[in-house]
Amino acid sequence: MNVIEARHLWKEYGDNVVLENVSLAVKAGEFITVVGTSGCGKTTFLKLLLGVETATRGDLLLDGKPLPDEPNADRGIVFQRYSVFPHLNVLENVMLGAELAASPFWGRTFGKRRRAIREQAVAMLESVGLGTALLKYPSELSGGMQQRLALAQALIKKPRILLLDEPFGALDPGIRADMHQLILSIWRQTGLTIFMITHDLKEGFYLGTRLWVFDKRRHDPQAPNRFGATITYDIPLGHTDRTTLHTIQQSLGANHD
Amino acid sequence: MKRLINQRPSRAAQVLLGILPFALLLLAYLWASELRLAANPNDKLLPAFSSIGEAIWSMAFEADKRSGNYLLWVDTLASLQRLGLGVLLSALMGLVIGVANGAVPLFRAGLSPLVMALSLIPPMAILPVLFIVFGLGEVSKVALITIGIAPFLIRDMQQRVLELPEEQLIKAQTLGASSWQLILRVILPQVLPRLLDAVRLSLGSAWLFLIAAEAIAATEGLGYRIFLVRRYLSMDVILPYVLWITLLAFLTDYLLRVLTRRSFPWYYNGGKP
Ligand SMILES: Nc1ncnc2c1ncn2[C@@H]1O[C@H](COP(=O)(O)OP(=O)(O)O)[C@@H](O)[C@H]1O
Ligand SMILES: [Mg+2]
Repeated sequence: MNVIEARHLWKEYGDNVVLENVSLAVKAGEFITVVGTSGCGKTTFLKLLLGVETATRGDLLLDGKPLPDEPNADRGIVFQRYSVFPHLNVLENVMLGAELAASPFWGRTFGKRRRAIREQAVAMLESVGLGTALLKYPSELSGGMQQRLALAQALIKKPRILLLDEPFGALDPGIRADMHQLILSIWRQTGLTIFMITHDLKEGFYLGTRLWVFDKRRHDPQAPNRFGATITYDIPLGHTDRTTLHTIQQSLGANHD
Repeated sequence: MKRLINQRPSRAAQVLLGILPFALLLLAYLWASELRLAANPNDKLLPAFSSIGEAIWSMAFEADKRSGNYLLWVDTLASLQRLGLGVLLSALMGLVIGVANGAVPLFRAGLSPLVMALSLIPPMAILPVLFIVFGLGEVSKVALITIGIAPFLIRDMQQRVLELPEEQLIKAQTLGASSWQLILRVILPQVLPRLLDAVRLSLGSAWLFLIAAEAIAATEGLGYRIFLVRRYLSMDVILPYVLWITLLAFLTDYLLRVLTRRSFPWYYNGGKP
């Protein structure tokens, strides 16, 4: 059974065709990395999966049923920035999801229930390496720590699908490598289905079990928005030869303006 | 020699430079006052410090002959009460309507044009209407302050909510937040310090509307007193009253700033993650 399935999906903003005829099927537990030139519609695709945007045409299915047209706890997200709440400290940021579920009106818990949630949050924070920063505010954290926090915050809800939009794009290379280990260990432990956008093709090859390249099949020099992007490469990883890597790298480079 | 724009005063020089204009103004006043009083000992325009001191003493610490009240304190209490009520009411409206407008597109569609239109009405122009509708008592004065500053606060709050990064709102929804929970746990706590900032900005206008309303119809209040003693050219009362109002304005601003700092430590950490 496919977790996510898209059939002839189109997304247009007025005259601007962003996605064109995208069809795909994703099984539970796949780790999909997505690359493509900047502005080609990767984030738009993620927003379709989130339910923040709706497709202009075509079907997008979750477990064979039309995807809910607003975000919910099934699909967790980490953006490149602004994923965590600046007015809550590290611990509160991670407790939030559980507190919302436990207390529909106030969104806050007290006493025993709060202690249970707190314990769970501390464990989660320790597993992402933030055990010593529980009471810090996000603005006191480095970029890498903020992304760890955003991951912990999303994971505590046990989403079925995790969406990552260039989550490590703003991090230094050394810290990035740490984050790669973290995300891989999370993926192995939870069996999540992960979609991760990256602008680093190597990162995409290293992390994923499957790589998608978003690109335009057709170009109209007079009207660059007339045609949208679609998946031009869909590569199961681990079986890739060097020439494919090289070809993709060139196609990405050629489209940079 | 460095360029002028690159020369910075030392800490001490900065303090001295800051005090200098005040000292000069004071000296100028003393000098002009002395000149006028030498020419005409009954001159009322620039009273000597001694007569200002006497006036303060009698307003603050001697019971008024007719009413038996200590006028300065009665006036201060009356004015602060009106100001406090008006500002509190406006802040509440700003918070509730502003957040509702900012967070809920359906509210925004219905209310935002109305608030926009209301904010364009010059409040002083409808003061007569307020007097007619609410009478000459406390309500019309509080209403004027509210009408004067609430639209600004509402629009400011709406803007602040709309400025919150979309990513945060999406993230909260993926954590399972309902609309209400999102407002309560994500939006409200983040706009509260901004509300206090906006209130501080609007205090100047609030004082303006208060004094205007008191000048026209009141039986006590700082603005009322100033306009009452104007008939007798009592500069010895007006000047200390103006200074007192300035001091009160400074203190409210200072207290609000301290309150914001104390209650929202994250806000001063840069505000953004
Ligand atoms: N809300 C929107 N309204 C109009 N156009 C949009 C909107 N969101 C994205 N676009 C357009 O869609 C295209 C793809 O954007 P995006 O998905 O963010 O690209 P990227 O691959 O860099 O993530 C861009 O041309 C952008 O201008
Ligand atoms: Mg993007």
